[in-house]
Amino acid sequence: MSEQASFGFETRAIHAGARPDPVTGSRNVPIHQTTSYVFEDAEHAAALFNLATFGFIYSRITNPTVAVLEERVASLEGGRAAVAAASGHAAQFLAFFTLLEPGDEFLASRNLYGGSITQFTHSFPRLGWTGRLLDPGDPENFRRALTPRTKAIFVESLANPGGVVVDLEAVAAVAHEAGIPLIVDNTMASPWLCQPFAWGADLVVHSTTKFLSGHGTSMGGVLVESGKFDWERSGKFPSLTSPEPAYHGLNFYETFGDFGFTMKARAVALRDFGPAMAPMNAFLTITGIETLPLRMERHVRNALEVARFLEAHPRVAWVSYAGLESSPWRALARKYLPKGAGSVFTFGVKGGYEAGRKLVESCELFSHLANVGDTRSLVIHPASTTHRQLSDEQRVAAGAGPEVVRLSVGLESAEDLIRDLDRALGAG
Amino acid sequence: MKDDLQYADADLRRIFRDTRTVAMVGASPKWVRPSHFVFRYLQQKGFRVIPVNPQNAGEQILGETVYARLADVPVKVDLVDVFRNSDAAGPITDEAIAIGAGVVWMQLTVRNDEAAARARAAGLEVVMNRCLKIEYGRLFGELGWCGVNTGVISSKRLRVNR
Repeated sequence: MSEQASFGFETRAIHAGARPDPVTGSRNVPIHQTTSYVFEDAEHAAALFNLATFGFIYSRITNPTVAVLEERVASLEGGRAAVAAASGHAAQFLAFFTLLEPGDEFLASRNLYGGSITQFTHSFPRLGWTGRLLDPGDPENFRRALTPRTKAIFVESLANPGGVVVDLEAVAAVAHEAGIPLIVDNTMASPWLCQPFAWGADLVVHSTTKFLSGHGTSMGGVLVESGKFDWERSGKFPSLTSPEPAYHGLNFYETFGDFGFTMKARAVALRDFGPAMAPMNAFLTITGIETLPLRMERHVRNALEVARFLEAHPRVAWVSYAGLESSPWRALARKYLPKGAGSVFTFGVKGGYEAGRKLVESCELFSHLANVGDTRSLVIHPASTTHRQLSDEQRVAAGAGPEVVRLSVGLESAEDLIRDLDRALGAG
Repeated sequence: MKDDLQYADADLRRIFRDTRTVAMVGASPKWVRPSHFVFRYLQQKGFRVIPVNPQNAGEQILGETVYARLADVPVKVDLVDVFRNSDAAGPITDEAIAIGAGVVWMQLTVRNDEAAARARAAGLEVVMNRCLKIEYGRLFGELGWCGVNTGVISSKRLRVNR
């Protein structure tokens, strides 16, 4: 803990969690492509199953390759511990399953990835969880919506697709006055651009599929715990601070202290629902993270060049990128994203829905697909794809109206990206 | 368990290397209690652990006889592990000084600065608000297996044994 602070982000991006293998000396992280691990004897097996000792049982719960990724992301976020999952959606599920009981509520920004809005408003209610979506522009909106059953607040640090930057410090203050944790989805920013724990967040979730993995190769998610939230003092989370029936009456917070939340997310939610990350995906994501600082610098530089080009284009109605001086989120971006406002943003093309679709279909270099955070530049028309399941009203509120086109600016030559967009805009 | 206490990793490693016998005050015979986890873990790592708990004196925990108080322990104790609350840690620390222990270790949430000052004045080392099992696992390569940020960065090959 104390020694970590003396290593820089770039060093930790390459080394955290990964020492040379003690048996073989292998310098790179071995891909432990195994389902299970041999016990030393019956006593050792029993100790492992009781969580009384550290070690591996079954790769649904822990895997040595996945563990390297978990520790690495925990380190880069400045957190205490992390648990990986098969996707960002799965990581969100692990967070909420560990926090909520049936009948509980949580508050969320309405500016979220469309899949998260659907998860919160359609699938979670079937588990008895109510997620209320609010305009994060005024942090007091969260305070006004609190009820005794509210157990968490959820926001995206840099919202996809609207480019909205949330005032993390202010929202964290509202959450902490209510004795509940702030969960921040830091996917669009990555820990290189934004450090939510430094502003009071208690849990961070990522879709590692995006910038962390970085090359469009591997699905994954991770849930990180800051280690600073006092679950005992809050009094609202008895399943963390009293004997847990799903684990023989173990008290997770008492036993594991500042990583008790992560242990419970792993030993109960991940164990019982099974959305484990594959070791190969963990390896590819670890490799991606090694160059995260370099890639993010170029992503941000290219995004700013493309955004400036679009802002000056006669066929573009508006550009919503927090890196532009014209953005209403510029001041918040300076505070929370001092190294740049990411490389995913939206713009409005003149001519509405049809013009948006036409533009997307006319791109040659930008790939038309439903991902972000790839080395390749990507384009999509959210209204007809990622946000299709939402109502018209929800789409507009989420920044995905009919004329909106979303870009994920990659690492190609900026002039090539600009030429492609210029030609596609002219094609309409 | 963030606090203002700082313990250098090198000092903690030395404590683990120099310790053979641990007396655990507040050791519980119930397997689901944190003290039982630590007891078992330390035994597996080759330490001798002697339980001290007046409520269970004369009973056995994991093959070791439970003693009522530190003064009753018939062998030399290197480290006294305090699994009691911060107030109780005061008199336990004084007993640890009296039996000539080298280290007083107070578990998570246990902290008594006055007792720590007395112990240091008597030449003992003191660690507070830390878990023996978590710190051992952190320094010797096991804690990261469950996704915990150990803060350890090294390109040296990890030794399999401490």
